[in-house]
Amino acid sequence: MAEVMDHRAAILGSIRKALGQASSKDAIAEEYAAIPRTYTKTGGMERAALLAHFEERLVEYDAGVYRAAKDGIAAKVAEILTARGKPGLTLPEGVPAEWLPEGFSFEVAGLQALELDKTPGVLTGCTVAIAETGSIVLQNAAAQGARILSLVPDYHLCVVFAEQVVLTVPEAFARLEGTSTLPTTFVSGPSATADIEMTRIKGVHGPRFLDVLIVVEA
Amino acid sequence: MSGVQTQDGTQWNRQDFPEAAKEILEQSQTRKNVQHATNVIQGKRNKVVAELPDWEDLREAGAQIKAHTLRHLDHYLAEFEANCTAAGGHVHWASDAAEANRIILGLVQQHDAKEVIKIKTMTSEEVGLNATLEANGIAPIETDLAELIVQMGKDRPSHFVAPALHVNRAQVRAIFQKEMHLPDLGDRPEDLATAARTYLREKYLRIKVAISGGNFLIADSGGMCIVESEGNGRMCLTLPDVLISIVGIEKVIPSFQDLEVFLQTLPRSATGERMNPYNSTWCGVHPGDGPQEFHVVLLDNGRSPILADKEARQTLQCIRCAACLNACPVYHQTGGHAYESVYAGPIGAILTPQLHSMKEGRSLPYASSLCGACYQVCPVKINIPEVLIHLRGKVVQEDQATLAGKFSLWNIGMQAAAFLFADAGRLGLAERVGAVGQKVLVSKNGFIEWMPLMLGGWTQTRDLKALPAQSFRQWWAKEKAPSAAAKNGRVSHG
Ligand code: SF4
Repeated sequence: MAEVMDHRAAILGSIRKALGQASSKDAIAEEYAAIPRTYTKTGGMERAALLAHFEERLVEYDAGVYRAAKDGIAAKVAEILTARGKPGLTLPEGVPAEWLPEGFSFEVAGLQALELDKTPGVLTGCTVAIAETGSIVLQNAAAQGARILSLVPDYHLCVVFAEQVVLTVPEAFARLEGTSTLPTTFVSGPSATADIEMTRIKGVHGPRFLDVLIVVEA
Repeated sequence: MSGVQTQDGTQWNRQDFPEAAKEILEQSQTRKNVQHATNVIQGKRNKVVAELPDWEDLREAGAQIKAHTLRHLDHYLAEFEANCTAAGGHVHWASDAAEANRIILGLVQQHDAKEVIKIKTMTSEEVGLNATLEANGIAPIETDLAELIVQMGKDRPSHFVAPALHVNRAQVRAIFQKEMHLPDLGDRPEDLATAARTYLREKYLRIKVAISGGNFLIADSGGMCIVESEGNGRMCLTLPDVLISIVGIEKVIPSFQDLEVFLQTLPRSATGERMNPYNSTWCGVHPGDGPQEFHVVLLDNGRSPILADKEARQTLQCIRCAACLNACPVYHQTGGHAYESVYAGPIGAILTPQLHSMKEGRSLPYASSLCGACYQVCPVKINIPEVLIHLRGKVVQEDQATLAGKFSLWNIGMQAAAFLFADAGRLGLAERVGAVGQKVLVSKNGFIEWMPLMLGGWTQTRDLKALPAQSFRQWWAKEKAPSAAAKNGRVSHG
């Protein structure tokens, strides 16, 4: 046969044939809305305990955890970079000047992988963080930037504001609802593998070192 | 049987499960590796699942979301297609493996790529994509550490979360030493991971086309979600100019919001982590961020007809966490290769034959003791034992429909058994005849160690307790039935 088969029609036709009579859009929406979601949506943990929980999870992943007050971010960044022996960091667009200490070099990055590969690390904010799983969620937005930024450099310092931390995964999704089409990355600890004898090894292809700076009210 | 070509050119479905399993059972190192790995993952899984008081609610929601999507699969696929296209993606449809290969090869050739980087994808393995690419002078480079080990070792994956769990560090070292030309490589897992990082990093930074699978297609946003650990996935999703994702049609979910369920159940079930290191979601093409050309190939390849079977449809709910493999006592003993399929373990035992319209993998529904461990751990509540029995029924019915099958010893034996068990009187007679007739088979220890013909399959690996001189039913009739009858006011049969 010379004619080209229409695979789209064939697949959709085969599905319909297997399922029988199709339902109306409204009926499908109604059925979807009726799915029982009895799982925990929100956690009732008070702020101090929530932050402690988040820190505990991060430490388990082998991430570095620091705290600073709102007016002490730059000083803490300086302290962390000194401890890590970093001369400066690459930045996405939109990082507030008050995060950046004197005496270090901070440059807004181009997005060339080969150049990023040579930079000492990257400084970003985040959209939301999940205490229960020790995750930070990055999106293509101000102070977070394109995905390549938090991927190619070997070191990532992430600034998380206390009010960005939620307890559960569903709470995080509620906050992401309006921006769900943006490129989004959930980061839970430094990159890792357990492919060799189920031993968790830190640092395969993503950043091998992750520090999280939690910013609290004074 | 006509198997599917894999990476190394070997065939899947070369032989039935019992023969393949026998080969594996002789490889004691492989068995040790499999048992160690599955024990470790299972231990971790049980611990993090126990942490969530709402685990059963999450399972139920996950199962219902998936079942609902399957009931309206064409609706959600069309919605995904529309939204993905609007976001700048290209959606392709492939009824079978040949079409998927044709589409992907065409796209790769259009970009003149001689090499492609790949994220672990079961669907690529299912359609034999690597063999197609290689035959056309294109080198597919696996970037998942375990897949790289399998590819360099000219081996086959044995587990769909940890495809190289059947090899240990000494074996990995030997493979890397040879293939990466690193004679002095150490055998600590850190050394091996570092070798892979160095070897692949240059490739990520240079190669322009990537191929991936996908964990979820999101209908309402037109997006995709990929879950991974190492960052190799992010490299492939972010750095190349062109990304091609090949995804089974059953992977669609209605809404981005539904990920709040699956991103809790999948990592905990798959690797025993509260969250895996990286989850990525994106929609089509985003200017200045990631590949500026994005293709999704929606693969049917035997999936849509499964929807017609109401009992077996749940097979397509699978999110490929592999928890059922880790929990399965049969998988523990044999590892993945015995299943002779891309999809191993309990889910493989029900999925493989159905993907082939029951024409291949017909021994797989029998590769289970029906203990139910797989159902218990499944995060989307697929009742695998129920489907196994259902498929066994199908195999038997189809066999009976052929003349050779009708007169096979199995069928005659099973029909005879059905005849006996259907009537208490006949069964009672058989028990009395059996107790006398078995005398030639019973050893001094009171066990039957050998049985004739196909009954031998049972006694090859276990001894059978001989029938007692008096059956339970005989004893009941004599001792208990009169008083029970008096109590209940009715007479028992038999
Ligand atoms: S059948 Fe269930 S347990 Fe097995 S891999 Fe699929 S989702 Fe996981």
